[in-house]
Amino acid sequence: MAISQQFLNPTLFKSLASSNKNSPTPFFRLKSTSTTFNFKPLTSSSSATIITRAAVSSSDSGESKSRETFHGLCFVLKDNIDTDQIIPAEYGTLIPSIPEDREKLGSFALNGLPKFYNERFVEPGEMKSKYSVIIGGDNFGCGSSREHAPVCLGAAGAKAVVAESYARIFFRNCVATGEIFPLESEVRICDECKTGDVVTIEHKEDGSSLLINHTTRKEYKLKPLGDAGPVIDAGGIFAYARKAGMIPSASSASSASSA
Amino acid sequence: MAASSVISSSSFLCKSSSSKKDLGISSFPKSSQISIHRCQKKSISRKIVSVMAPQKDRSPGTTGSVKTGMTMTEKILARASEKSLVVPGDNIWVNVDVLMTHDVCGPGAFGIFKREFGDKAKVWDPEKIVVIPDHYIFTADKRANRNVDIMREHCREQNIKYFYDITDLGNFKANPDYKGVCHVALAQEGHCRPGEVLLGTDSHTCTAGAFGQFATGIGNTDAGFVLGTGKILLKVPPTMRFILDGEMPSYLQAKDLILQIIGEISVAGATYKTMEFSGTTIESLSMEERMTLCNMVVEAGGKNGVIPPDATTLNYVENRTSVPFEPVYSDGNASFVADYRFDVSKLEPVVAKPHSPDNRALARECKDVKIDRVYIGSCTGGKTEDFMAAAKLFHAAGKKVKVPTFLVPATQKVWMDVYALPVPGSGGKTCAQIFEEAGCDTPASPSCGACLGGPADTYARLNEPQVCVSTTNRNFPGRMGHKEGQIYLASPYTAAASALTGHVADPREFLQ
Repeated sequence: MAISQQFLNPTLFKSLASSNKNSPTPFFRLKSTSTTFNFKPLTSSSSATIITRAAVSSSDSGESKSRETFHGLCFVLKDNIDTDQIIPAEYGTLIPSIPEDREKLGSFALNGLPKFYNERFVEPGEMKSKYSVIIGGDNFGCGSSREHAPVCLGAAGAKAVVAESYARIFFRNCVATGEIFPLESEVRICDECKTGDVVTIEHKEDGSSLLINHTTRKEYKLKPLGDAGPVIDAGGIFAYARKAGMIPSASSASSASSA
Repeated sequence: MAASSVISSSSFLCKSSSSKKDLGISSFPKSSQISIHRCQKKSISRKIVSVMAPQKDRSPGTTGSVKTGMTMTEKILARASEKSLVVPGDNIWVNVDVLMTHDVCGPGAFGIFKREFGDKAKVWDPEKIVVIPDHYIFTADKRANRNVDIMREHCREQNIKYFYDITDLGNFKANPDYKGVCHVALAQEGHCRPGEVLLGTDSHTCTAGAFGQFATGIGNTDAGFVLGTGKILLKVPPTMRFILDGEMPSYLQAKDLILQIIGEISVAGATYKTMEFSGTTIESLSMEERMTLCNMVVEAGGKNGVIPPDATTLNYVENRTSVPFEPVYSDGNASFVADYRFDVSKLEPVVAKPHSPDNRALARECKDVKIDRVYIGSCTGGKTEDFMAAAKLFHAAGKKVKVPTFLVPATQKVWMDVYALPVPGSGGKTCAQIFEEAGCDTPASPSCGACLGGPADTYARLNEPQVCVSTTNRNFPGRMGHKEGQIYLASPYTAAASALTGHVADPREFLQ
């Protein structure tokens, strides 16, 4: 738990620094001229935590409220699924932060896919999808920065994407919104699974995850979330920033995480 | 904020235990991944003075007085996060200088801002936010129109200084504040300044990197966060260097350069990385050409693009803003994760064939491809110089276009230039006159237009499965409307040449 906590709360640095000699530690940066740690919650000017993957995995003690097990049907896509395929730009007039618009976005999710894909992610007339896990290839979510992309997938009921690799902005939006869990596979799962296969995603104690395809009876190890982990675990960028003391608690009644 | 770190953990070297003993810090366990720099002086310091990823060709430092080289992007982010040093992989809170949003993402960003900070919350700085309606403007779509109204309300409430409003949709010229395409407007209105951090709720925000600043696209939630705090959590990207040397051939444009590069490294070749462009060719480019180059960095997956500011940059910027700024430059001993060199004099006009920006081909090798229309517009290829180039080619050819040719100036200023500026070598004719003589469509109201399809009634939208040569930035399936539309991305020269032949054409057919 040490690593996540200190990433979330810079003031914990001081207490951990003295105990680091005897245990595996994360990287931390010290200014050559400072002998005291001066941590200001808002700027954290003298601390920059670099979390190595090994360090994350050895200390994740299961603050994983949002790391539930997902179980359901998978929808398989290939490489370079860009945001316009996920949600055609014409639906960009819908505002994701308005609940009714968000629902409508869900009904149009993956509407932009070309004919190559036979199945529809959301059946015409439906508002939600019957698929809970989306499996993709390389560079998933490339293209626009429009948050409508992860939002429509989450609104349609998908719980996680498992792709070989992500485009930067889409991944970042998944993390910031908490709409859908972005996981990375180690092999090309999209070549070994078919739309409609029954899958389970399990989160393990060491921070990694496992995708189990019950239809093909194969298991695939998924990569740990890395630096994005603490933000995802907190429930998005706002929840994370509140935990770190960067912003005050929400004064409105709505919950911070939009999922 | 990648799941898989861009810098592999092996870049953090662990020196052998013998050197640790020399420094007398034998209590450090072997599993520690702190690399310790050996002091070359007689007196060995026992303090850990500097902890960082060792640079490959850098000799060990002493007491921290030897500076570690940083790239331009690293320097900008270090300064914006109030640190003296950052290295790729660091997750840092960065102060934002300018936040831009538009009609598509603005309502969502402000919605989140209010939800999270409270209905009565105030933005962090009403003079650092620029709201530019540009995407779905000239349409009867009620929701699109509603979004501009929503932005007006937010801007009034928050006293946003820069809101380039539009109320009369029937006549863009009747709106004195309206600008047009956000990325071009940002530059034209003096919001782009070297050394600053500019974020926008649009993927092509990277365009502003042409001004030597850190500029990248973010989503509504991140923007909502910035609206309230003026800060953002960013991971420092490593830099890929692209050195372009050689004299730019007269038939080549910046669009050809970036398509060449994307074709080289693929649509994920620069994911999470900075693309830094330098070299004699870059130095010879105008600001608008540099903007075209940086604009498509996102199409290679890049986080941001940068070009070192020089006299050309300063001249442009100082004519448009009086806000003080301080440019930074990559150190000589900075580390780059990749180095690409191009001899530009040997390059030829290229296109990106359907359906990917990295599906590169020589324009001359596609001359059998029959096309249905040509589109010249967008932040990528709808600036003043882009239209000047197209007009120059049309004038040199002296012929009429064979297919419908749609012209969408990016901003009001560009539209005015098209109608007012004389095209060199044409005997005083304006672009508009030359376009009319060539049989092009009348230049349309400035906006993003059909680059991304948009509402069904958007001008020049691809509503049928046609073949289009376009000066825009993406050609994934359905990008301009119809899922079976075939889009060839090209430079303005190539687009104009193609309009004249009715096929994908190499501009040399008309320019030499």
